[in-house]
Amino acid sequence: MDLFEHQAKELFARYGVPVPEGAVAATPEEARAIAAELAGPVVVKAQVKTGGRGKAGGIKPAPGPAAAEDAARTILGMDIKGHLTRRVLVEVANVPAEEYYAAFLVDRAAGSFLAMCSASGGMEIEELAATDPGALVKVPIDPLRGVDHETAAFIVTEAGLPADVAGEAADILVGLWKVMAGEDAVLVEVNPLARTADGRVLALDGKVTLDENADYRHERPADDTVGGDDLESRAKAKGLNYVKLDGSVGVIGNGAGLVMSTLDVVAQAGAKPANFLDIGGGASAQVMADGLGVILSDPDVKSVLVNVFGGITACDAVADGIVAALATLGEQGATHPIVVRLDGNNAEAGRRILDQAAHPAVRQVPTMDGAAEEAARLANAAA
Amino acid sequence: MSIFLSKDSRVVVQGMTGAEGGRHTARMVTAGTNVVAGVTPGKGGQVHQGIPVFSSVAEAMDSTGADVSVVFVPPRFTKGAVLEAVDAGIGLCVVITEGVPVHDSLEFLTLAKQSTTRIIGPNCPGLISPGASNAGIIPADITAPGRIGLVSKSGTLTYQLMYELRDIGFSTAVGIGGDPVIGTTHIDCLKAFQDDPDTDAIVMIGEIGGDAEERAAAYIEQHVTKPVVAYVAGFTAPEGKTMGHAGAIISGSAGTAQAKKEALEKVGVSVGRTPSETARLMRTLLEAA
Repeated sequence: MDLFEHQAKELFARYGVPVPEGAVAATPEEARAIAAELAGPVVVKAQVKTGGRGKAGGIKPAPGPAAAEDAARTILGMDIKGHLTRRVLVEVANVPAEEYYAAFLVDRAAGSFLAMCSASGGMEIEELAATDPGALVKVPIDPLRGVDHETAAFIVTEAGLPADVAGEAADILVGLWKVMAGEDAVLVEVNPLARTADGRVLALDGKVTLDENADYRHERPADDTVGGDDLESRAKAKGLNYVKLDGSVGVIGNGAGLVMSTLDVVAQAGAKPANFLDIGGGASAQVMADGLGVILSDPDVKSVLVNVFGGITACDAVADGIVAALATLGEQGATHPIVVRLDGNNAEAGRRILDQAAHPAVRQVPTMDGAAEEAARLANAAA
Repeated sequence: MSIFLSKDSRVVVQGMTGAEGGRHTARMVTAGTNVVAGVTPGKGGQVHQGIPVFSSVAEAMDSTGADVSVVFVPPRFTKGAVLEAVDAGIGLCVVITEGVPVHDSLEFLTLAKQSTTRIIGPNCPGLISPGASNAGIIPADITAPGRIGLVSKSGTLTYQLMYELRDIGFSTAVGIGGDPVIGTTHIDCLKAFQDDPDTDAIVMIGEIGGDAEERAAAYIEQHVTKPVVAYVAGFTAPEGKTMGHAGAIISGSAGTAQAKKEALEKVGVSVGRTPSETARLMRTLLEAA
């Protein structure tokens, strides 16, 4: 889960990484009150989980409370790359004299952690890596040893940070590593890490991605994803592995790889998939009913493709699930044609169950390609 | 012959007395796997499904000569279970468990690298050498022994491709798992298949996210002389969304299916756009050979 900037900074502060003083506001009036309390110039920043906020007008300086209120009024409700701005962070304005970059992440290829650091921060890091790759230092971090002060000092020195801030910057890196290790994060990034005119070093921005597999051993911030698709929220509430896409063929399958592949085959067949939905290994009637329920309530969906290769999952159980789901869904179940392809474990029995149920919305096609073509044809015909 | 797993493999199941562990142990036994022991801490001395249970992997290895472990324990206990197997010096440890925290995986994978243990997974379906042994949850009745080797991040796509090519058969099919960090990679399997006298051709299945397929392409160019056919899932996946597998995510322009396909084609690997086309490409290659 990606955190908002203000959530990342709260974690930073907890682990001793200096951040500007500030607080989060949901209304212009709250922003004004925070600015009044902070006294002096502030900056008002849109809290959205995407980059490019500055360019989109989502970050505004404000000399005082009235200006902060105005800025918040402009920014709140702003759509930034499809993300609705529900909150702003109001914090003391710190004018950076120099901007650096620091991050820890998981290096998939190396199977370790990686530290990245640069004396040239501020710009998008992809841009820096492309224009001046030498300015970005990458240091592998041994998962068994982590980052102590010595390692951190090595990183900032390699990155060419000025000697007079090296000690402070190294302390910050150790703190950021503690966030990484202590919170089961897979990404901790500070851009910019700034030196202010009066010589302080602090994190002016923060990005943290937490590993959801480790949620059980942490107290996580509430996941109030703003601007999220309603269907995705509903699917998530039912524990479904669902991603909304922009096409018209609803897709249900078992296994992430097979579902991704099914989307591709639908596209090959000349239609666009409406969603990704992986019902996983034990496709119970309830999971199938929940999945069909979400997909059929998507107004973009014109046909549904159920593509199951029974490995562990028995196809007769899947078929029972479909029949039960249609019974549960009632009238709504018959609004769009449902193309079903069952193969693998107990496929014959599964096909027989669907044949016997003879639901008018359900039609069976024996192959993955054929089923995708049929679902695409039906969706296009209904468009 | 086969890679990593043969009829001589002696398998211990960690978490055998759990529901999942028990169910899949029965399936493995039916498939002809020589399951010699189960391990559940505190349950040593019991017999479960006719198989002796030990309290530790070390005891199981001492008493039964087990050399492969299959891990079915829940995510929060997985690190401990794998480290126990590594400490005991097992040759191969197959981690089926889904949902293991990345920090835990990195810890046990790093320790395993410094040991003699090969890890497959986590979050994988395991591997099967049809007709000889099955360590994990891949259905054993899809196909028979043959001369194709398969390596895949995805379980169900493994099954789909084995099914498409069921008349030809497989030497070994390895599901390496969909997590961001895994023990055995595409490259490890390509190397093993290249060296396996009973594998004639290789199917490699990838998906969006990371750059494992690109690195595999570079490896193939340098080291693999056997024919390779590839498939990459996720051409229609949007940027920034995790598609089921924790590792299956396009970040910016990195990790796209198109980039992976191009990297593989550049080194002469035929890449199918669908599983069925991938199977057809394999048939064409085998007929030409």
